[in-house]
Amino acid sequence: MNSSTLAPERTAPPDPRSPAADPQVQNPVEKLLRMDRMPHIWCPGCGIGTTVNCFARALEASKLNLDKVAVVSGIGCTGRVAGYAALDSFHTTHGRAIPFATGLKLANPELSVVVYSGDGDLFAIGGNHFIHAARRNMDLKVICVNNLTYAMTGGQTAPTTPGQVISATSPYGVFEPSFNLVQLAEAAGAAYVARWTTYHVKQLSRSMEDVLKKKGFCFIEVISPCPTLYQRRNKMGDGLDTMKFYKEVSKVRNGAPTGECALTKSGEIVVGKFVDRERPDYFELLKAQMTASLGDRYAEPEVSCCSEC
Amino acid sequence: MHADPKGVLTGVHFLDGDHACCEGTLAAGARFAAGYPITPSTEVVERFAWRIPTVGGIFIQMEDELAASIAIAGAVWGGAKAFTVTSGPGFSLMMEHIGYAAITETPCVFVNVQRGGPSTGLPTLPAQADMMQAKWGSHGDYGIIALCPNSPQECFDLTVTAFNLAEEFRVPVMMMLDECVGHMTEKVVIPEAGKIEIRPRNFTRKPPAEFRPFSTDETLVPEMVKAGDGYRFHVTGLTHDERGYPSMTVDTQDRLVNRLVDKLEPFTNGRAIFEAENLDDAEVVVLSYGITSRVAQRAIQLAREQGVKAGKFRIISAWPFPERHIRDLAGRVKAFVVPELNLGQMVREVERSAGGKAKVISVPHAGGTVHQPEVILKAIVEAAR
Repeated sequence: MNSSTLAPERTAPPDPRSPAADPQVQNPVEKLLRMDRMPHIWCPGCGIGTTVNCFARALEASKLNLDKVAVVSGIGCTGRVAGYAALDSFHTTHGRAIPFATGLKLANPELSVVVYSGDGDLFAIGGNHFIHAARRNMDLKVICVNNLTYAMTGGQTAPTTPGQVISATSPYGVFEPSFNLVQLAEAAGAAYVARWTTYHVKQLSRSMEDVLKKKGFCFIEVISPCPTLYQRRNKMGDGLDTMKFYKEVSKVRNGAPTGECALTKSGEIVVGKFVDRERPDYFELLKAQMTASLGDRYAEPEVSCCSEC
Repeated sequence: MHADPKGVLTGVHFLDGDHACCEGTLAAGARFAAGYPITPSTEVVERFAWRIPTVGGIFIQMEDELAASIAIAGAVWGGAKAFTVTSGPGFSLMMEHIGYAAITETPCVFVNVQRGGPSTGLPTLPAQADMMQAKWGSHGDYGIIALCPNSPQECFDLTVTAFNLAEEFRVPVMMMLDECVGHMTEKVVIPEAGKIEIRPRNFTRKPPAEFRPFSTDETLVPEMVKAGDGYRFHVTGLTHDERGYPSMTVDTQDRLVNRLVDKLEPFTNGRAIFEAENLDDAEVVVLSYGITSRVAQRAIQLAREQGVKAGKFRIISAWPFPERHIRDLAGRVKAFVVPELNLGQMVREVERSAGGKAKVISVPHAGGTVHQPEVILKAIVEAAR
């Protein structure tokens, strides 16, 4: 993306003579969305839709059989992604998208299982599940839209909210240290770790395509604005201002040590692909151990019930 | 259809209730279990972990009970028959996902080997104090089925039944063991696979374009799908319409929640599972379940020896409560005596069902051991006066 894409004419209503106004021209990502559920619930300036757009493009580019891709979400604004994806999709309970996805993947290993959820869902209430799935190297692709707050419930402090930020439950400023998600993911064992912002749409799409093709526990953090509850409360402007902010403060440092990538309220945002390593995944470890212990007696899992019906 | 012989350990065995329950899951076709260690229930999944690699399936020890209880939902939507096992504190943690299984109509089985509570309570000792929790523990209105075995043989038999009922009604089914039944070792006869009836999952035959995941016929139970088959369906714990899409309207809520309860009507009326003895001439009926029924048996025998006309009504399916049977009996007996290892839970249901037509006498016990038969006998004799 270059700066011209941020020029005001692109946000103005489409020119009636332009292809966008032609009913015969379809948005290329529409077939990956449940158009019968539009309009979506997200606020103007929210970054979640941008990430979904990138995800749809990554799905297209991956050439995967989309009947074999499932999306699992938890609860919250990003938790609604599953409901808009025209795939097998599961909107689970708060924090439990990863263990649900674990069951789904183990029962039906031919599925590519994408967990798509927010920072509060994945790292506060669901934090334990995240580290254990990473430890097991469960073959899941976890996309975390990190808007640094609990948006659905009104902008409360999250474990990701940087110090000094004002939130609904920290009216005098956050003083608790926050998680550095990419460092946490690497330490817990993730095979792939990247971070982008919603300004970096091309890079984000490419990372999403990477993880759709990679085996093992993969993690992408997407820093995303919540103009309604985070930016406004902290006098950081609207969605467009946030794009400009991301452009200014982001620095691409592929391979950067994740320990150096902590976020602050207005400081540098280190983005890039930080980790891309090979580790045997859960199924490979399971099979190796059982074959070593049981030899011919080991029966490969056939978990799905009554295949004839 | 019949059980897959691969999972069936046909023969005569000497097993405890927990192990017999595990054999029941395998015979029923469960090929996925997720668990978290907790006394006195862990033996069920310990045996599953030992057995499943040669049968062909997955056991995963999750990081907590919340994870275990939602992993089974994921496995079911991936096409598996799945269950989890727990006790007291773990059962409390699983409540949210019992509600999730109820609203998403995910057929699955929760095994609860009850121990003394509240909180950590008596980890190694029996109680029957989770009976109301099994019915009402998750928030909101919904229907479930709960079964109460009183022997290792029933732990096997009823576990198969539990899976079959879960598939038929698309509800979470609770196996409500207690520590005594779980750890009691007795003869267990496991039939040949061809003699074990298994209810297959009711997968839809409709093509994706015609399929609406939560629309139903007169059974009120929708047809199933699984991920990966091209249906591109959506499942949510939010109130949803027939397409499975969230719909926050009073009308959708009314239709969905009523259906979640009403779909169990055929079970409630006509399918209750119970054991009755000596009811023809009974003046006093001892109503019990689980391990307490075996103590009650002795008390009834002692009462009969004293010339008191005592009868037995053993609840096997505790939920939905066999209300009609109790109502019918209430019209012709003097009293119900209800011993339980809690301070009076199912006795309230008996009172409600009896509607004042018979005395209802609670014989409570806080748990940790079973009743002395004499305590129940005394209640029977007093009730007969």
